[in-house]
Amino acid sequence: MANQQNSEIRYLAPIAVDIKKKKYCRFKKAGIKYIDYKDANFLLKFVNEQGKILPRRLTGTSMKYQKKVSRAIKRARHLALMPYVADLLK
Amino acid sequence: MVRQYETVFIMTPVLSDEQMKEAVSKFQDFLKNKGAEIVFEDHWGLRKLAYPIQKKSTGFYHLIEFKAEPALIAEMELEMKRDERIIRFLTVSLDKYALVYNEKRRREKEAAKAEETK
Repeated sequence: MANQQNSEIRYLAPIAVDIKKKKYCRFKKAGIKYIDYKDANFLLKFVNEQGKILPRRLTGTSMKYQKKVSRAIKRARHLALMPYVADLLK
Repeated sequence: MVRQYETVFIMTPVLSDEQMKEAVSKFQDFLKNKGAEIVFEDHWGLRKLAYPIQKKSTGFYHLIEFKAEPALIAEMELEMKRDERIIRFLTVSLDKYALVYNEKRRREKEAAKAEETK
């Protein structure tokens, strides 16, 4: 087999190697100390379209503020400012 | 020790304007009579709920910020539970960051209001 001898793989177009963007905690960067549970529009950034809270590994939020975010979202849910379960929230 | 609290409660949409005001003033009087000091109040009006509560999809939101003894909170929440006009409530004690945040927000609101009247 001629193909096996030719071990070097060649691509027609160079493969896109995306450069990883460093994640950061937006609360630390912007100096936000208190997360308001009444501001549902802001909290919408931290849930997926089903209304689930996004993990830290996706948003980059630090542990300290992730706890505060999740608490704020849970409070907003209790007051029916945000849904517990949803479809196509965004 | 006196602490600052913030209560948001939702009233049923079936109430008339007067009935709603009566319900709000009931809790204002309740707090005042028990020696709490009301710092700030905000009426959000009729809002759509994110999910139905007691088969209702809208409700009147009202926010009261006040200073009180911790023992008063249980009493107030019991009173709210017994009141069938109130379908949902949440009381939160405010920490130092929350106080700063609320103060700042209120000032911004006032500034916006002053701008409008100009």
